[in-house]
Amino acid sequence: MDVGLGHYLAVAGVLFTIGVFGIFVNRKNVIILLMSVELILLSVNINLVAFSAHLGDLAGQVFALFVLTVAAAEAAVGLAILVVYFRNRGDISVEGVNLMKG
Amino acid sequence: MLANLAFWAFSGVAILSALMVVIARNPVRSVLFLILAFFSAAGLFVLLGAEFLAMLLIVVYVGAVAVLFLFVVMMLDVDFTELKQGFLSYLPLGGLVGIILAVELGMIGMTWQASDQAMALRDAAIPEGLTNVEALGLVIYDQYVYFFQAAGLVLLVAMIGAIVLTLRHKPGVRRQSVSAQVARDRKDAVSMHDIKPGQGIGE
Repeated sequence: MDVGLGHYLAVAGVLFTIGVFGIFVNRKNVIILLMSVELILLSVNINLVAFSAHLGDLAGQVFALFVLTVAAAEAAVGLAILVVYFRNRGDISVEGVNLMKG
Repeated sequence: MLANLAFWAFSGVAILSALMVVIARNPVRSVLFLILAFFSAAGLFVLLGAEFLAMLLIVVYVGAVAVLFLFVVMMLDVDFTELKQGFLSYLPLGGLVGIILAVELGMIGMTWQASDQAMALRDAAIPEGLTNVEALGLVIYDQYVYFFQAAGLVLLVAMIGAIVLTLRHKPGVRRQSVSAQVARDRKDAVSMHDIKPGQGIGE
C-alpha cells in the first residue's frame, strides 16, 4: 500500500489529538502545556507541507515557515512568562494563574 | 518501498514520542522526547520533498526552542513528584476529549474531497528543475515578501517582550555609570592637605 496524502493527514491528526490530550491532562505543569502547544503546531505544519507536496504548491511551505516563526516566538514569550510566574509563586501549577491579574 | 518503510518508521516514532512528551513523569524526559518528535517530523518533511523546512525544523526547534525548554526546566527548582498529581483524575476527561476529537477529525477526513479546481487555484506552483531551497527562496523574497517581513516583525516583538518580562533590576547592585564617571572633575576627586611633620593626617 503506497503512502499518500491521507497517511500524512492521519499522522498529523493523531499528533494534534495527543497535543490536546496533553493540555487536558497536565494541570500542574505549565512547561508540558507549552510543549503540547508545540506538538499541535507541529501537526499543523505536517498538514500544510503534506498538502503542499500533494498539490505542488509552494504556498503551503511558505505558510509552514510562518507557523514555525510564530511557534518559536510563542515559546520564547511563554517561557518568559513562566519564569516570571515561577519567581512570583514558587511553583508552575495552572491553578493559580488567575491570581496574576493586575 | 523504502520510502514507505521510512514513512512508517518516522511517523511511528513521532507519535510514540509525542505520547511520551505528554505522559512522562520527568519534564527533562518530556523535552528530550519532544526533540525526538521534531526529528521524526523533520524526516517526514524530507520524505515530502520539503528539505528546507526539515532543516529549519532541526535548527530552529531542536537547536533553539527545545534547548530553551531544557534551560527553563533545569533552571526552575520544581518538585517533580507533585507535578504529576491530578494526572489520573484528569485522565478520563482528557481521554474523552481526545477520542471525540480523533473521531471528528476522522469524520472530516472521510467526507472531505478536493475541489475540482484545486490545481488551478494554486498560488505558487513548484517550478521544474529547481531545488526546494531555490524555489522557496524565489517565492519568499518575491511573492510573499510582506509575509516574510511580518515574520521578522513577530520575532522582534517576541524578543522585546521576553526581555521586558524577565529583566529585573536588583537594588544594591553596583553598576557602571558612564555619565557619572565622565562628569567627575578634579574638585570632587582631589583635595589638598597641609600635613605637619610627625603628626600624620590626624582625622
